[in-house]
Amino acid sequence: MFQIFIFLLVGLLAYYLVSNMLFNMEKQHIASGWGFMQKESSFEIGESLIPYSSSNSYGRALLVGALNTLLVALIGNVITLVLGTVIGIARISTNWLVSKLAGIYIEVMQDIPVLLQLFFWYAIFYEIFPSPRQALSPIKGVFLCNRGAIFAVPAAHQAWGYMLIALAVASLLVFFLKRWAKKRQDQTGRRFPVFSASLLLILGLPFVVWLVNGSPTEMSVPELRGFNFQGGMAVSPEFAALLLGLVLYTSAFVAEVVRAGIQSVKKGQTEAAMSIGLRPNLVLTLVILPQAMRVIIPPLISQMLNLTKNSSLAVAIGYPDFVSVANTTINQTGQAVEGVALIMAVYLIFSLSTSLFMNWYNKKVALVEL
Amino acid sequence: MDRALNDTGQPAAARRPPIIKINVLAWMKANLFNGWFNSLLTLVVLYLLWKIVPPLIEWAFIGSLWTAAAGACQQSDGACWSVISHNFRFIIFGFYPYDQHWRPLIAMLLLFGLIFYSRDRKRWRKSLMYYWILGLATMGILMKGGIFGLQPVETTQWGGLPLTLLLSVFGLTAAYPLGVILALGRQSTMNGVRRLCVVYIELIRGVPLISLLFMSSIIFPLFLPEGVTINKILRAQVAIILFTAAYIAEVIRGGLQGMHKGQYEAADSLGLNYYQAMRLIILPQALKMVIPPTVSILISAFKDTSLVVIIALFDVLKTSQTVLSDPKWMGYSPEVYIFVSIFYFLGCFSMASYSRKLERELDTNR
Repeated sequence: MFQIFIFLLVGLLAYYLVSNMLFNMEKQHIASGWGFMQKESSFEIGESLIPYSSSNSYGRALLVGALNTLLVALIGNVITLVLGTVIGIARISTNWLVSKLAGIYIEVMQDIPVLLQLFFWYAIFYEIFPSPRQALSPIKGVFLCNRGAIFAVPAAHQAWGYMLIALAVASLLVFFLKRWAKKRQDQTGRRFPVFSASLLLILGLPFVVWLVNGSPTEMSVPELRGFNFQGGMAVSPEFAALLLGLVLYTSAFVAEVVRAGIQSVKKGQTEAAMSIGLRPNLVLTLVILPQAMRVIIPPLISQMLNLTKNSSLAVAIGYPDFVSVANTTINQTGQAVEGVALIMAVYLIFSLSTSLFMNWYNKKVALVEL
Repeated sequence: MDRALNDTGQPAAARRPPIIKINVLAWMKANLFNGWFNSLLTLVVLYLLWKIVPPLIEWAFIGSLWTAAAGACQQSDGACWSVISHNFRFIIFGFYPYDQHWRPLIAMLLLFGLIFYSRDRKRWRKSLMYYWILGLATMGILMKGGIFGLQPVETTQWGGLPLTLLLSVFGLTAAYPLGVILALGRQSTMNGVRRLCVVYIELIRGVPLISLLFMSSIIFPLFLPEGVTINKILRAQVAIILFTAAYIAEVIRGGLQGMHKGQYEAADSLGLNYYQAMRLIILPQALKMVIPPTVSILISAFKDTSLVVIIALFDVLKTSQTVLSDPKWMGYSPEVYIFVSIFYFLGCFSMASYSRKLERELDTNR
């Protein structure tokens, strides 16, 4: 009875709102529907991974935005993971100075809104850094100026592409090697040095490819020509500020997750492992890490998802991510309902696929108690 | 005989207990230079600090200007804190009529006073609720005006710190009960209600807050019947509440799931109905259990109020940006942003330390 009442209430509310909306849209002559996706967008996008110009359609502009979001999320998550782990370990270091500094970093970064941090870094790039003519060069081959950060990168050569393929092949080989080694150990009890063999494969195979292709060492060093840099790889100030803000903010949370995970493994576990005669590195890889990972992974994934969702703040500093492009689209076409629905749908796809993965992972590693 | 005898049969001389006080050198050896790796690390960190901290202090304090006019700042290399001191009232109060600034000031002092008064758990009685209702009503009257001879001030002129505090305080207090209801709904045995709550929570948690804010500022007006408008601040407020409630619901669900089944059974066997069991047995324990994660949700909600900048509400971050767009004060962003950061830091830090204190006090299992 109560349920029927609730459903009626929600249904009525939805009906009321939607009917109002349709009425209002008709009155303001807003056509609903997805027809606008094919229309010419007539706005430029500063950065794009795929060819795009203002004569392309809104659909393609939105695709450019989605790819930019993915790019910043991917790079941001990788750097955050590394930096967060380092700071998390530093937090429990026996070195008083390092541990205290890590603590201050975590506390300060967690307590300042990420949007404020983005504004801060963006201002640093735009206002504090000099023009390209007086660009700062903290390390050889890296230039910082108000046009962004410019790095020296290896000059284009066919060897780099082949090396990437070699890396993929090596990873595949390592995967099969691991399976084979586990099977052999289960059957015969003999161990195979998987780690050193994998390392050799991952590093060695691309190296051999590099040698075979004539070992190119030429670098493309950025050079000042006229008012801007030529050569090298340039990162726009928007992208750099967004990445820096997101990484510094999220890595503080990741550090806390890592610290809590490592500390959650009871001391008795270490002692028990040592007492059955495991060497220190085996204690870490066979006993502590598997247990810590079970605690670390779920909150870690949710932090990575947070970073992805926070990348939507790019709209505030003008990096053309999905929300930013969708916002421009809404302003130009007036298709507000479709635009906001698209934003929500894209992020929902990210989060739902992540939670599906999470459920699968949780089932895989959950404690099986007898 | 409490004194041990030595080999010769004579009583041993009384000895002092071993010294447990460690001198500075020993402390440094134990905490900074234990092993070659830590020694190297300490030296590297000290070198980096030496490179970074003195120039920073030079910039922020020694070479800085605190009250100088904009012109003088351009000649100086140090920080120009006068961008804050010259625009202090605008950063804090936004576009609120200049001669009426005392009203939001009193409202904020009242709020801080109430928060300070409610700090002590001994004062958590019904009367405290009345104080809060009375206080919030007074603050509303002070801000809005229109009665008691106060000049009316439109909500479009509200801004700065009072707006941030308004969005946070109402956002948090309204989201919490909603979150509890959603969490109970998600744990409910009624299939339909549960599904509804699950869909709501997962939907909200899956999208960024900014999309909800866009919705509140662009789409929500379309939902209303003709002629009815709701002001922008309230709409943003609703978006923040709906967003935060979903996160709070998930945290509280964790608490509800962590409860022992015996507690539910004990409540049932006492003959309590659902409402009584929840109010008297389950919720007090479950809510207490999840204080730390709840506070971190509240802290992020407080920080997230800064996102209203994107839909052009003049909260404290937006007013400081407005100062920076004044040609006279362009280029002093670091100073202004550091100032705003300190404000947010103090807010978050005090919430976090209060939660730690509360956790200690409520820990009945000690």
